[in-house]
Amino acid sequence: MRHLTYLAVLGGCLVGALWLEPVLRVGVLRRWRRLLLTVVPVVVVFGAWDLAAVAAHHWHYDRAQTTGILLPGRLPLEELLFFLVVPVCAVLGYEAVRKVLRR
Amino acid sequence: MTYTVAAALGVVGALLLDLAILRTRLVAGLVFWAAYPIVLAGQLVSNGVLTGRGVVRYAPDAILGLRIVHAPVEDLAFGFALVLTALSVWVWLGRRGIDAPDPPRPR
Repeated sequence: MRHLTYLAVLGGCLVGALWLEPVLRVGVLRRWRRLLLTVVPVVVVFGAWDLAAVAAHHWHYDRAQTTGILLPGRLPLEELLFFLVVPVCAVLGYEAVRKVLRR
Repeated sequence: MTYTVAAALGVVGALLLDLAILRTRLVAGLVFWAAYPIVLAGQLVSNGVLTGRGVVRYAPDAILGLRIVHAPVEDLAFGFALVLTALSVWVWLGRRGIDAPDPPRPR
């Protein structure tokens, strides 16, 4: 199970944020086109940073704690998912705060 | 270039995007700073697990060595740049009328 560590952390982030959609009705997932257009440039820019950092040996990933599925540039699949999950969670949090402050 | 320098440049880039390029000016408003501590708390927990368990490991010569909840302090800057970039693009798209209308609001 150790190879699922990184995936489990990403799952935890989603669990911590996704409830905002039905409970506070933030309408983030409903606006999926806008969300998709938000996530794509983030994946491109920060994915490029990640690739450059791995190439420059700034950091590396423990093979034993990731699924072992590698993307081009030897990035673990989890890194791509990270750059999808984090913006989605951030937007959910932002819209939730905006909604609460507006009340 | 070290991660320290890259992280500082990342923050500058995200600020430029928000203030000058997309002009969403989130860092000049209240909502972003009300939401950011919540997002940061999530980052400290999740990143603390990733770095504490050694899922991600850093080259000692690429970082300052100052750590917060296991993670190099540079990760806070990386996270800030990532979150500000995502939110700035999200708000900009909304103001351009992508999906549900989201008119600009005085901040």
